[in-house]
Amino acid sequence: MTDENKEAVRTDKLTRRFGDYTAVDSLDLEVSNGEVFGLLGPNGAGKTTTIKMLTTLLPPTSGGAFIEGLDIAKRPSAVRRIVGYVPQMLSADASLTGYENLLIFGKLYEVPPDELKSRVRKALDMMGLSEFGDKLVRTYSGGMIRRLEIAQSALHRPRVLFLDEPTVGLDPIARRSVWDMITGLRREFGTTVFLTTHLMDEADALCDRIGIMHRGKLAVLGSPQELKEQAGVETLDDAFIHFTGDSIEKGGNYRDIQRDRQTARRLG
Amino acid sequence: MTYNVIARPQDASAEDAAAYVESPTSYLRGFAKKALVITELEARKLRHDPTELLTRAIQPMLWLLVFGEVLTRVRAIPTGDIPYIDFMTPGVLAQSVLFISIFYGISIVWERDLGIVQKFLASPTPRTAIVAGKALSAGLRSLSQALIVVVLAVLIGVSVDLDPLSLAFVVIVVLLGAAVFSTLSLIIACLVKTRDRFMGIGQMITMPLFFASNAIYPISLMPDWLKAIAYVNPLTYVVDALRGLMITGGVSEYGVAVDLTILVAVAAGLIAIGGRLYARVGQ
Repeated sequence: MTDENKEAVRTDKLTRRFGDYTAVDSLDLEVSNGEVFGLLGPNGAGKTTTIKMLTTLLPPTSGGAFIEGLDIAKRPSAVRRIVGYVPQMLSADASLTGYENLLIFGKLYEVPPDELKSRVRKALDMMGLSEFGDKLVRTYSGGMIRRLEIAQSALHRPRVLFLDEPTVGLDPIARRSVWDMITGLRREFGTTVFLTTHLMDEADALCDRIGIMHRGKLAVLGSPQELKEQAGVETLDDAFIHFTGDSIEKGGNYRDIQRDRQTARRLG
Repeated sequence: MTYNVIARPQDASAEDAAAYVESPTSYLRGFAKKALVITELEARKLRHDPTELLTRAIQPMLWLLVFGEVLTRVRAIPTGDIPYIDFMTPGVLAQSVLFISIFYGISIVWERDLGIVQKFLASPTPRTAIVAGKALSAGLRSLSQALIVVVLAVLIGVSVDLDPLSLAFVVIVVLLGAAVFSTLSLIIACLVKTRDRFMGIGQMITMPLFFASNAIYPISLMPDWLKAIAYVNPLTYVVDALRGLMITGGVSEYGVAVDLTILVAVAAGLIAIGGRLYARVGQ
């Protein structure tokens, strides 16, 4: 049913409509094993909807997608075993300690019990959170919470890790520590990383390839260098504007923006 | 395209995942395990901050010490061979189970806003197991109330049946009652989706559930229309079972076995519905 040569992620005319509104429109996309792939686009371009479908949270309206060759619609519980997911919001449980957050998710992801505690400690160590393991998460800084969440989603050694705007609202230093963790995960475990971002320097620094989404469709796909060359511009920012045109002012509904702001506020 | 990769992931391989086929027994085992993990999570939260359990205990104490003591002296309500305070003690316990469980679902609203729901749903955890785990943790909270009510009742001279087997059944009835009302609450939260609307509905249904039951007066005193409501109100069967189990000389009108059967069926039905609705919250 699967083999090593399968792409980590493949979508086939993946489409999601909400009433009359088409959030994701016939998306065709392939992400290779071990790749760090960035999905960019203005607010409301369909990035989060795409991630929700790929992580089996949201059924597609039509079309399909495969994670390591597994059909997200037909084998959702198998897909859930091999993916990790960090939503855009700060989702670590503030009323538990960092250690407990990891322990509970390790159990939900069926990490072998004899390995669980050592893996949790190793994860805390890797994220630079060892001293804070027994502190309640509500005392953590935004960067620490994000690192904890990524550790949480990687405890079961997922094949594909989905990160929805992993650095939104973080200061530059915290952002960099999150980047280091992402590249560290890829290096150590060969994890494929599929992330969304608004930040061009993030995409430039982290991603092997990026796809720019625009009104539910993939406007362009390639390495950061290729995109800059194709647009004939110096920076990825300019390439982004080149490919998405003037849509930025119109994009993003109330809830998207409210969510961004809430996350930013919690990060303080 | 190839990437510089040192090691492959040791577990969670696609082959294992593809080979993973759910049999009914592995599903049930996984279901129970995961539900207990969710309960463990909630229990750990309570351990960090048990304030709510203590503040919640005030109300049942008032009901017993004020309402109960006064009405016992009035002797206005026919309660058979037992004093009124003995009659109402199971009702007060059932009420505190109802009150602590019926607002439990509101946590779904903020867990959705925080992305916690989405993270649970993206994990290999059956949806109904998440809901069942939450129901069981509402049961844990309710047991703390049961402890307080039973101790207080003994102190004020209610003839509580302290036989271990009876007490074990009291625990089961409390867990079932909490499962019914917390899952009802979760279903409401999944449907209305905002805190304000949820609080409104919660306030609206709490008192009718309490008064349209046999908690503080027998159903036989009610007009027919209210009787009809009382008979479909799950709280009636919680109270009826507790009355038979908890109080020496207390009588279960419908029989504890009937009460338990009804509560198990209602809890299971609500958890099944709750699981379906919970999955949609993550969208």
